Amino acid sequence: MIGTKPQGERVRVTLWGSLRSAAEGRDTVEVEAATIRELFSRLGKSYPGLKPFIDRGIAVSINGQIFRDSWSQSIPKGAEVYLLPRIAGG
Amino acid sequence: MPLDVKPDLKREFDVVGTRPLRPDGIDKVTGRARFGADATAPGMLVGRILRSPHAHARIRGIDTSKAEQLAGVKAIITRDDLPDHSNGDRATYDILYNCMAREKALYEGHAVAAVAAVSAAVARQALKLIEVDYEVLPHVTDVDAAMKPDAPVIHDDIFTEGVEPKPDKPSNVARRSEFGHGDVEAGFREADVVISRSYKTEATHQGYIEPHACLASVSPDGSGELWVCTQGHFMIRNVSSQVLGMEISRLRVTASEIGGGFGGKTHVWMEPIALALSRKANRPVKVVMSRDEVFKATGPTSSTSIDVKIGAKKDGTIVAAEAILRYQGGAFIGSWADLGAMTAFACYDLRNVRTVGYDVIVNRPKTAAYRAPSAPMAAFAVESTVDELAHKLGLEPIDFRIRNAAREGTRSSYGPTYGPIGIGATLSAAKNHPHMSAPLGNNQGRGMACGFWFNFGGQTCTSLNINLDGTIALSVGTPDIGGSRASMCLMAAEELGIPYEKVRCVVADTSSLGYNDVTDGSRVTFSSGMATILAARDAIKKLCGRAAQMWGISEEAVIWEKGYAKPAGPNAGEFPPLSLKEIAAAAATTGGPIAGHHEFNADGAGVSFATHIVDVEVDRETGATRILRYTVLQDAGKAVHPAYVEGQFQGGAAQGIGWALNEEYVYGEDGRLQNAGFLDYRIPVCSDLPMIDTVILEIPNPKHPYGVRGVGETSIVPPLAAIANAVSNAVGVRMTHIPMSPPRILKALEGRS
Repeated sequence: MIGTKPQGERVRVTLWGSLRSAAEGRDTVEVEAATIRELFSRLGKSYPGLKPFIDRGIAVSINGQIFRDSWSQSIPKGAEVYLLPRIAGG
Repeated sequence: MPLDVKPDLKREFDVVGTRPLRPDGIDKVTGRARFGADATAPGMLVGRILRSPHAHARIRGIDTSKAEQLAGVKAIITRDDLPDHSNGDRATYDILYNCMAREKALYEGHAVAAVAAVSAAVARQALKLIEVDYEVLPHVTDVDAAMKPDAPVIHDDIFTEGVEPKPDKPSNVARRSEFGHGDVEAGFREADVVISRSYKTEATHQGYIEPHACLASVSPDGSGELWVCTQGHFMIRNVSSQVLGMEISRLRVTASEIGGGFGGKTHVWMEPIALALSRKANRPVKVVMSRDEVFKATGPTSSTSIDVKIGAKKDGTIVAAEAILRYQGGAFIGSWADLGAMTAFACYDLRNVRTVGYDVIVNRPKTAAYRAPSAPMAAFAVESTVDELAHKLGLEPIDFRIRNAAREGTRSSYGPTYGPIGIGATLSAAKNHPHMSAPLGNNQGRGMACGFWFNFGGQTCTSLNINLDGTIALSVGTPDIGGSRASMCLMAAEELGIPYEKVRCVVADTSSLGYNDVTDGSRVTFSSGMATILAARDAIKKLCGRAAQMWGISEEAVIWEKGYAKPAGPNAGEFPPLSLKEIAAAAATTGGPIAGHHEFNADGAGVSFATHIVDVEVDRETGATRILRYTVLQDAGKAVHPAYVEGQFQGGAAQGIGWALNEEYVYGEDGRLQNAGFLDYRIPVCSDLPMIDTVILEIPNPKHPYGVRGVGETSIVPPLAAIANAVSNAVGVRMTHIPMSPPRILKALEGRS
């Protein structure tokens, strides 16, 4: 379930393959973030290689629900978080 | 009124789920509807575009002097008239480059100059007078050939992204992406049976009947208007403004009726050219593409080359799966392989899975989205291999799929864990469908396949105005490509408690409504529908307030039921219900106009699955394949207008049939397209198709007030594979190259003999 959480929780984020080389070869990274906005901000600072990907557009899956633009979306404690390519449609 | 989007699963609908006539139907069948080319303006000029005859050529110079002298020519533009305003943004620069070639022409059909003239005849003559000095360069159009080390490199500033160490030489391989989890090698060691195959698919065009068309009018004060056939007029406004260095507020874009898009009209093609011509000529300019231009200069799909390997235990459990997917994106960087790699194994519950995608650049037109972009090709390769593996294990393909299907709690092959999903339901419905057990004759075969698509929501803004007579004017910002105006009217009527006929929906221009994302991703019934429901609830809150004023009671003491404001209970007072019409009639004296609005990022579209069954008959003498029977089973969440849902299912299947059997971009050795017209590029016609049977499953989407899921795209994902499996079963040879045109089937039969 998606809900509110206190500030400062560490979020475990799984990266898709192409991002790993931009994050020092890691499959998963951990940052403190309460929202998608904070997540992107801290990922960009901790792993500058990710910044161009974030600027180009990344989707975030939180507990299986994919968010494209809702940067204020909160990330609950213990949530499953994936970064995914921004999906195009027809 | 709470803005609660959770569906009420016990809700009984009055209007939603019925099948009223579409509001745009009369105009479309009588010719009143105005499509892109129907727009006119006083003093309008005809715009025409000069295109490269070469697949790859350096443009040493362009001499327009003779054309400029021709009477009736009012403006000519080249790359020199389109300075780079991209500020280093590669995606914007690529759009500019695609609209008008710069140092090189990158594919046959790439625009190199454009003319605005008083007539089509003068414009055509002027194009002939423009002299372009080309240095023809080596070209490559095949995805596998483009990846070879000795292939001509198309862009010298593209280095493969996603590989370590970072390459020091430029390459046509723009990007490598990888998805998956588990230990694939260990999984294959566990397998009792492993099938490994390579597949190819050719590029297809969306084949919309209406060519691209627009009318641009730019005033000397720098403001402009554009009427255009598109799936996303807000996107056209934003991108065209950026490409031309205009302020967004100075460009107003109106979407015309649309004669098909299917994803191909989610991109900017020639709209900035029309605006630039109008700006230079100081006259309105209309540009209408010919069919030849549509094929050569607007986006087809990727052509692909895919390797699949799947291993299973004797009991039918898949223990490892791997796919390498190579997608060409035309002459520019795309992310099409990402989508293929993400969707390839999405239907299955796999412990060990890996997909690797390569986005490749070739000398072809820029690839564009086409219904569930990239998924059909991946599904073709995977579902063909799944079928072959089932046969080798001695299992019915349907049972093998049911055993391995993803379910709630499955970690998807692209990462996230699934919530409630419908793949199991579509497979069960397929297993129990009479089609699955119907008898087959000689040279006939049955095939099945599953398909997945993400669906998404996006930025959406909707306004709902209550008219004096109690009718409703609903404004949405998402062009109607599949009957969405009818669906919006149904949802507004449902929420307000009034008849469907009392609501009219228009697609508002970009100056009348907040930004809306493009009509794509199967998003409109989900996201514009949710915005419409929430706008109606906003209006209901105001209607209750007006009724409270009329009764002299507090707003909280008023409830809304089936089109009427009523006192909430005995303590609120005794008042006869007030109808929406009565409240609307009194609006002028209770506070003025009554309207509801909603704007948001719609998230929670929910993934979508489908299963298709098809019977074919193959003529062994000619290699021709006839579709005998076709059944689509898909989850719609809630079918707002079931006839349109069926239409989407059928349309996707019909386009998939064309893709599977006939449609193909054929390139010559010279890198030129050989079949840029509907005579030589054959889309299915009515006589090629049986009645396509549909089964709508309704597993509510928990993130939509009515449970709606998008349905527009998933239905094109399974057909390539389902038909390939059917043909393979009919002829006894595994078909690995799409389309399965008669020559390819004959070749396969000859190979077997």
